[in-house]
Amino acid sequence: MEDTGTVVAFWVLAAITVGAALGVVAVRNLIHAVVFLILSFVGVAGLYITLSADFVAVTQILIYAGAVSVLILFAIVLTPRGDRGNQETFLRLPALLLALLVAFTLGYVAIDTSWAISDREGFEETASVIGEALLDKYVLPFEIASVMLLVAMMGAIILVRPEGPTEEAE
Amino acid sequence: MSVDLEHYLILGSILFSIGLYLALAKRNLVGVLMGIELMFNAVNLTFVAFSRFVESPNPLDGHVFVVFVVTVAAAEAATALAIAMLLYRVRDTIEVDEINLLKW
Repeated sequence: MEDTGTVVAFWVLAAITVGAALGVVAVRNLIHAVVFLILSFVGVAGLYITLSADFVAVTQILIYAGAVSVLILFAIVLTPRGDRGNQETFLRLPALLLALLVAFTLGYVAIDTSWAISDREGFEETASVIGEALLDKYVLPFEIASVMLLVAMMGAIILVRPEGPTEEAE
Repeated sequence: MSVDLEHYLILGSILFSIGLYLALAKRNLVGVLMGIELMFNAVNLTFVAFSRFVESPNPLDGHVFVVFVVTVAAAEAATALAIAMLLYRVRDTIEVDEINLLKW
């Protein structure tokens, strides 16, 4: 990818994504941390667009920036007596060391390996190819994922259902 | 100057390690979940970058995999937040270092 627009977009979006992720670590208020997390999700969606992955980018906005962040916000506001702070536990230093180690290892492997780079252009459109693959080659994983989503939804509802007989039952 | 596969891979590893730090070090259970979601995002970004740059007969299989990862991540988020709610109802807290039922 040589054209200037893509390069500028990559660096701007990368700065937004990493900066927002660091904001999630740094801010002391949990609600603000969720807002930074949403910004980071949107930054990743922009990076998908620079990789000509339009379907995945839209999915990212819908599922992560929309659904998952609302779920996280619900979890915060439904625990009203919980602490709103964003502090670390005593594991702060070991976690920091491990995270740095993982980052350096993955980064070193990424630079050191000679990847089989192809010289093809970006994808023209991805949604139809993904749809055909989902219903043809990957139809069994697709069905399993559907059942798993149903089970997760029912499990979440049953878990948070109030205990004892409900008012209708009485 | 151009943007190559390595740029995306290094960005993915930085995002992954930030998520790892959040998941390991945050005191609030919701903070831990936010770290896990960041790690999912880093892995998805890596999948899409490989799908774009690396030689392959079916380059869009990476995108299909990302769709599956997003599905599982959504199910994981729903279940984990239900567990957090349940924990709050029983223990009145979602601080992970105060939940020590198995410690003697």
